[in-house]
Amino acid sequence: MDAPPAHRDLRRVSSPNELTLADARDALKAKTLSARELTQAHLDAMAKARSLNAYLLETPERALAMADKADSKIAAGEARPLEGIPLGIKDLFCTDGVETTAGSKILKGFEPHYESAVSANLWRDGAVMLGKLNLDEFAMGSSNETSAFGNVISPWRRKGSEAPLVPGGSSGGSAAAVAARLCLGATATDTGGSIRQPAAFTGTVGIKPTYGRCSRWGTVAFASSLDQAGPIARTVRDCAILLTSMSGPDPRDTTCADLAVPDFETSVGRGVKGLTIGIPKEYRVDGMPAEIQKLWDEGAAWLKAAGATIKEISLPHTSYALPAYYIVAPAEASSNLARYDGVRYGLRVPGKDIAGMYENTRAAGFGREVKRRIMIGTYVLSAGYYDAYYVRAQKIRTLIKRDFEAAYADGVDAILTPATPSAAFGIGEKANADPVEMYLNDVFTVTVNMAGLPGIAVPAGFDSQGLPLGLQLIGRPFDEETLFAAAQVIEDSAGRTVLPAAWWA
Amino acid sequence: MSVDEKTVRRIAHLARIAVTDEEVGPLGAELNTILAFVEQLGMVDVSGVEPMTSVLPMAMKKREDAVTDGGRADAVVANAPETEDNYFLVPKVVE
Repeated sequence: MDAPPAHRDLRRVSSPNELTLADARDALKAKTLSARELTQAHLDAMAKARSLNAYLLETPERALAMADKADSKIAAGEARPLEGIPLGIKDLFCTDGVETTAGSKILKGFEPHYESAVSANLWRDGAVMLGKLNLDEFAMGSSNETSAFGNVISPWRRKGSEAPLVPGGSSGGSAAAVAARLCLGATATDTGGSIRQPAAFTGTVGIKPTYGRCSRWGTVAFASSLDQAGPIARTVRDCAILLTSMSGPDPRDTTCADLAVPDFETSVGRGVKGLTIGIPKEYRVDGMPAEIQKLWDEGAAWLKAAGATIKEISLPHTSYALPAYYIVAPAEASSNLARYDGVRYGLRVPGKDIAGMYENTRAAGFGREVKRRIMIGTYVLSAGYYDAYYVRAQKIRTLIKRDFEAAYADGVDAILTPATPSAAFGIGEKANADPVEMYLNDVFTVTVNMAGLPGIAVPAGFDSQGLPLGLQLIGRPFDEETLFAAAQVIEDSAGRTVLPAAWWA
Repeated sequence: MSVDEKTVRRIAHLARIAVTDEEVGPLGAELNTILAFVEQLGMVDVSGVEPMTSVLPMAMKKREDAVTDGGRADAVVANAPETEDNYFLVPKVVE
């Protein structure tokens, strides 16, 4: 697998924003770098990268104030786990006094008076907020093209081409900002693949933890039984550090698990000796590109070389996950998005009566994909269809979950699959595709949300056009540690991804 | 199952989304594409299967029945398009 020549080695660092999160943390601790210098380097890089449209809002004053506080904490010997680490926040997390739009016109100008649990945990641990990151509208999309505030342009380009590519979605701003070194790490969310697919498209690492690991309190809801927050960062270790801070019990979210959070960083170097890794035969889908199959085989060989046993397994209900998802997610979205009624938040468009006001507000405030999903959800929940669609889909989730449980009961510790069926595509390339074709991006990731399991995407190689490709590891419930251990083996074997030089600056 | 124009208009009204005459046709076609895609779920035998409710068996959390928050009316209405004396203003509903 040859890396494209124009790309700079991440380890030969020219500016502090090129550091990994772990290295930056160690430099801050050793006082060879100040939090203010580190934050300023990011703000400078962000100012030169506005053409990528990764940030919807930059918060430089807040960032520098937080950095100064971090420097005084470090000087006083009171450094917290993420002291002085600059992060980007997906604009789906409510931030106190800072505009939160969810990528939608309907929330333009919305300033929450509270802080999401996940971002509050990061600030509690000393992190610095650089700004709010672009996303697909209400996290509904796989390319960041449904954002009401414009596409995000990926820092990656095909060899010999300047055609703009998508960073994936819905956490497209998060993935692009991390890959372009516009933050050391970012928060993201994943309902059907929205952390793992953009991570795979941008040569970054992203983990969706077990449903219930992170509190959903204060995160704009899309599909409540599937949504989970998680980090995107440039290395497996950096993701482990971030997830340790982001997760934890929260009495305000009844689905948030009352489980102690391990220090995930300690599992990173644990290796895979003695573990059994399952290879599900149902993921060998028709028409899978040869380079994806090759990447997958290579990943299995790396894990085997590191001491794992590779075992073919069967997850027979795999093919039903995506259609069942397209009932469950829109149904829950139609219910969650009913709150945008022109009364309590942002946009209001007058009508002839109150129903007319609701209808006009929502017609003007929501984009095409969001409307489509609300309507599908409304249809499948409407009188006479609830059992045939929603209840049936929830039963199929049980069957999907049982498939995984059977594999784990049979001694499998984690499951290896491709992260996506292809590398990133061009902006607008799928504009004329039918909605289902776009949905197929999530074919390997969506099963994990349906079963509530943890999944990590880790870069593993490149396609013939020089674009990054990722592998996915799926774990047992609340066993993210095994995923970090196994993902590190892949990162070590593949060699850390060499990210594109800053052509945009 | 496939939806016709009348159904598209009914769903749009239920969802409180105004649709123009030009939008109805394409929306109906897109909804039918998605409904055709999910049709395959009918082939799965789900008899005796319980709908999934959580990843691991988890007892529903309960909290003490006490007032734990409130007294922040200004913050609650701060983002509303129209308010008066900490009330949300809506168009006239009752004549």
